[in-house]
Amino acid sequence: MRDKEIKDILGGGPASEDEIILPVCTINEDENWEMIYERPYTLTETKFHYCPGCGHSTIHKILAEVIKELDIQDKTIGVAPVGCSVFAYEYLDLDMQQAAHGRACAVATGVKRVLPDKYVFTYQGDGDLAAIGTAETIHAINRGENILIIFVNNAVYGMTSGQMAPTTLPNMKTTTSPYGRDITKVGYPMKVSELIANLPGAFYVTRQSVNSAGNVRKAKKAIMNGFKYQKLNKGTCFVEIVSNCPSNWKMTPLETNDFINNDMIKYYPLGDVKLPSKEDLKELELKQSEVL
Amino acid sequence: MEEDIRLMKGNEAMAEASIQAKCDAYFGYPITPQSEVLEYLSREMPGRTGIPLQAESEVAAINMVYGAAAAGARVWTSSSSPGISLMQEGISYIAAAQLPCLIVNVNRGGPGLGTIQPSQGDYFQATKGGGHGDYHLIVLAPSSVQEMADFIYLGFELADKYRNPVMMLSDGAIGQMMEKVVFKKGREVKKVEKPWATIGKTIDRSRNIITSLFIQPEKMEKVNLKLNAKYEEICKNEVRFEEIRTEDAEYLLVAYGLSARICHKVVEIAREEEIKVGLLRPITLYPYPYNRIFELAENIKGALVMELNAGQMIEDVKLAVNGRIPVEHYGRMGGIIPSPEEVFEYLKKCINKW
Repeated sequence: MRDKEIKDILGGGPASEDEIILPVCTINEDENWEMIYERPYTLTETKFHYCPGCGHSTIHKILAEVIKELDIQDKTIGVAPVGCSVFAYEYLDLDMQQAAHGRACAVATGVKRVLPDKYVFTYQGDGDLAAIGTAETIHAINRGENILIIFVNNAVYGMTSGQMAPTTLPNMKTTTSPYGRDITKVGYPMKVSELIANLPGAFYVTRQSVNSAGNVRKAKKAIMNGFKYQKLNKGTCFVEIVSNCPSNWKMTPLETNDFINNDMIKYYPLGDVKLPSKEDLKELELKQSEVL
Repeated sequence: MEEDIRLMKGNEAMAEASIQAKCDAYFGYPITPQSEVLEYLSREMPGRTGIPLQAESEVAAINMVYGAAAAGARVWTSSSSPGISLMQEGISYIAAAQLPCLIVNVNRGGPGLGTIQPSQGDYFQATKGGGHGDYHLIVLAPSSVQEMADFIYLGFELADKYRNPVMMLSDGAIGQMMEKVVFKKGREVKKVEKPWATIGKTIDRSRNIITSLFIQPEKMEKVNLKLNAKYEEICKNEVRFEEIRTEDAEYLLVAYGLSARICHKVVEIAREEEIKVGLLRPITLYPYPYNRIFELAENIKGALVMELNAGQMIEDVKLAVNGRIPVEHYGRMGGIIPSPEEVFEYLKKCINKW
């Protein structure tokens, strides 16, 4: 069984058994193994369709872990609009809505207004949130809709295979900026977190990444905050995650990690852009102790 | 049942009816000639029932409707022609995801920004799709302020019954004019269970997914066939129309909404002159009363379709009579409402030809 699984992983095709060099390790099935990590029950068993090394898989995983750890599966509704993550409902074992391109924040508004006690999040890419859905995004945040927006910024249209996004870096090559993004002709990459943090309706705005173990942990903490703060009913939480796209960046996954460090983060610095006040956090502590 | 009689605009009457029909939310954007709806609900809903929200656009409004309907709420929106055009993307998604909701179009003249005066120029858009893909809305056509109120109830009930969006196609005249409207106190409000709604996955069931995305051709076609089967069922069960003096009619007027009121008067004028004219008023524009018009064609010499457009519903009347009798059209546009006498004169010209 295990041999076969390993062969599947290594083989990647119909290679003959002789060609496969199995790693030198033996696993005794009878030993008592201590479970130190498992798939959170909030993720389905469906295998991700995302390209190898793509940040979406990691972000899905930490999102599912947060919902499991907060024990809010039965109180959470997710909205995933058009983009690579439009199939998020295949992987997240949650009640989910698929939305039209760019409209997730309006759809989430509809959900939250009729289910004010539930946790509502959107999961949107850069083309979706910052191009076609700019109006819906800004107005939802300006109304202070009490939702969490997870904004995955990989500087490219992934699903349609690599066109220029509103967040594509200057001089970055894409299929529709084949000579590099010319900011004199098509404008500048949009710093969405900084832009929306100016709106009074934005309660918590942070920019994270998932290109290293440490950053994954920080991103998870940010998503956790985004859910917890919904209890306060004080405005929109916005977690931007600077992510990668190996296929469309034409890089190996490891190269994309370096590109994030050397190029993306220079333009999109990581860290909190807007934080709740101390009073808000105190209020949250009180609310949490009330629940307990 | 105790009656609450009021003098109201059509727009206000349907807003009030939606509260009495216990709707959970209304999302809208101001546009003439139906802004009274959002105004009325913003004033009346707080403290009674339902959430009114002014969206940033019609695009956002229809997507808010999508989200709330998918969360199991009784929800509606209203707009007028240019705004309804903006909603078409969302309406297509709502039809595909099979979400019950009500959309009201208080039709004004077009194309383009057009005029704020009444029109029936959106008949094709309402009945033949409007947005992309194969789908149908159930389309109700009120011809009075009373019906604008009554069709709110009917619209919600049909939407729930078939998990299908319902459109009420009114116009700027019925929306704006004031008439007597009766609200029955203690009227029964039918609501249904929505086990498919996304309200948070509990351990006793698998997750609910609201989507209109079916990448595999086999799956997509299955969805199309399922939708079609539903539309056939709707066509079988929900055709509604009204007939006036058709029992002995030699000539038939076909008109809906405001035009039907004008044609009702034309029937009276004609009958005074001993010309046997009847009127068929479709109440549902989808499903359309094809069969009944076909039957009537057996005993009539010709039909005149009157519309406030360049000739849209006439295509359905022609389909219905299937060449049995001549079909003529009388249409005015730009917000001009003809007098019954004008229509009668045109009818007489047609009769001379027939």
